[in-house]
Amino acid sequence: MEMELDYHERDNLYPGHRACSGCGEALGLKLVLQAAGKKAIAVVVPSCLGIILGPYPYSTFKIPVFHAAFETAASSAAGISNALLAKGDEETLVIALAGDGGTTDIGFQALSGAADRNENIIYCCFDNEAYMNTGIQVSSSTPQWAWTMTTPQGKTRGKKNMVEIMGVHKIPYSASASACFPDDLRRKIMEAKELKGMRYIHILSPCPPGWRYEEKLTPNIGRLAVETKFYPLYEIRNGKEYTITHLPKNLPVEDYLSAQGRFKHLTQKDLEIIQKEVDTNWDKLKRRESQN
Amino acid sequence: MRRFLSGNHAAAYGARLARPQVIAAYPITPQSPIYEKLSEWDSEGVLGARMMRVESEHSAMAACISASLTGVRTFTATASQGLALMHELLHFASGMRVPIVLVNVNRALAAPWSFWSEQTDSLSQRDTGWLQFYVSDNQEVLDTVIQAYKISETVFLPTMVVLEAFYTSHFMEPVEVPEQELVDDFLSSFQPTFKLDTEKPAAFSQTVTQSEYGKFRVHRQMAMEYAQEVVQAVDKEFEERFGRGHGLLECYRQEDAEIVLVTAGTFGCTAKVAIDELREKGKKVGMVRIRLFRPFPKLRLIESLKHARKIAVIDRNLSPGQEGIFCEELKSALYSRVNGIPVFGFVMGLGGSNVSPAHIKRVFGITERMQDAPLKPILDLEDGNGIGLS
Repeated sequence: MEMELDYHERDNLYPGHRACSGCGEALGLKLVLQAAGKKAIAVVVPSCLGIILGPYPYSTFKIPVFHAAFETAASSAAGISNALLAKGDEETLVIALAGDGGTTDIGFQALSGAADRNENIIYCCFDNEAYMNTGIQVSSSTPQWAWTMTTPQGKTRGKKNMVEIMGVHKIPYSASASACFPDDLRRKIMEAKELKGMRYIHILSPCPPGWRYEEKLTPNIGRLAVETKFYPLYEIRNGKEYTITHLPKNLPVEDYLSAQGRFKHLTQKDLEIIQKEVDTNWDKLKRRESQN
Repeated sequence: MRRFLSGNHAAAYGARLARPQVIAAYPITPQSPIYEKLSEWDSEGVLGARMMRVESEHSAMAACISASLTGVRTFTATASQGLALMHELLHFASGMRVPIVLVNVNRALAAPWSFWSEQTDSLSQRDTGWLQFYVSDNQEVLDTVIQAYKISETVFLPTMVVLEAFYTSHFMEPVEVPEQELVDDFLSSFQPTFKLDTEKPAAFSQTVTQSEYGKFRVHRQMAMEYAQEVVQAVDKEFEERFGRGHGLLECYRQEDAEIVLVTAGTFGCTAKVAIDELREKGKKVGMVRIRLFRPFPKLRLIESLKHARKIAVIDRNLSPGQEGIFCEELKSALYSRVNGIPVFGFVMGLGGSNVSPAHIKRVFGITERMQDAPLKPILDLEDGNGIGLS
């Protein structure tokens, strides 16, 4: 009981928010806000995060939060960070929270600018691999082959790799994480908090309505993404030091893909091609890690 | 201290004297000298603000909004395409009630590309909920930037100070730069009631219901209406402390004038030369220069124009399919209270072509001769450099 009280005390997200049941993003957000602590200011931009944040005059966040314009997660967070520094406050953490559309598409320019200037913020992209808040439209973070409302035959182009893109900005910290690997995610936020400058954390957030699976399967789906090497968990420091933070069980990608309705149109041949690509990408990542 | 300054540098001095804590900017002709001057002071360690050299005007405005919400004074400057890129966030800034001060150097919008003066960039932001001042000389630039902070921080609305490409931005004039202590006494420090603060957590800019949205808009409208009183009060206090005031409007020989020219910006200076020359020939002409455009000073305009027999308006802007924007706004103000004064709308100097005193004399001549005001704008786009020389 005592432990539970302590847990709720640390929680920075009130219960009763408006996320769908089984939402991977709400789970990830809860973990991120917990790790961020009370001495933090958040920026949220239009995405499912805005729904979780709730309507006026309520807020599900226990820390100050600004619901900014769609493409301004990074620039708005940078404005707050500079204002705090102008006031001599080096302690308060500024944390930008955006979806994959707000990060990889419309907010990409502002994010790159903030990374280039090494703004003192932690940027978390909650990646549910499409515009889910507006009803499942394709984003540049949607994986190849995936069905969305705007790619009814499956997406033809691959997923934009944001961890690498942020890494080549030579920022202090760029990492992939998952809402379904809580300890790994929490540790990454804590590590990021120890650093100064631009820190980027990309959080895979399984989405039952968008990915077409039953709500109760979220933890399984999220773990399969990692255990099949489809979505490896790793971090890049200063654009060059690679560390794989979870060794996958090397399950076949079919286990991950066939569990989701958005990939149900894939043939055995398609699955073979994807398996090959996933294996190649994993080898590349291993090589990079060994070259540190 | 009296300095020889361009309009851009007068804006930079005004901003520096107001002691903003965060400045976010992006270069664009003809605004760049403002950004460069501030950066020069930053590198010398005398600016006193954090300079954010952002990757776009959109990010400049985003940073100013969130920095202001964190409780610090902010400044940015832009022009033309940059202001257009900010458009979404101009609405956002006034909706968030943040007192940002922005200097816009009027420049014609593409396409086709042009670098010279035109007011369509800022006038097409008229519905964004920003106060707008159109200034006519470099002293007024500096003074208005300082005044803008006091006004904005009183009514919690952002202010745009608008000067003209090259005619103001690059033209050099002697400018009285006040002592820092005088400005510090005039501007108290920025202390907003609500801000992003971990000691008092709150959510800003949440989703609202239909009826709540309406209430927020009513509050902003009330603040805009109140702003007109504040502009006058601040200008009066400024005049008492610094010996210069600028008013809502500038009236020139208009009391007994039969034909009154209404215009804004540098045309106001040029028109005075034309009016003096025509007065010497016995013509009863005068001018009203609109300095404050938002909130629109309707009553003052009506008061200053009610005895005119004819009104001519010169706009360096055009709302395609309608007419010059100052002309349209003026007609709308007059309609409710004053009937029967014909308003002749001239659109001149688009894309920065020169409007000379001789050119303005021609406007008075046409207005005098014409009986009925046309429904369409009178497009007189000849470069004024050649007019009146032969």
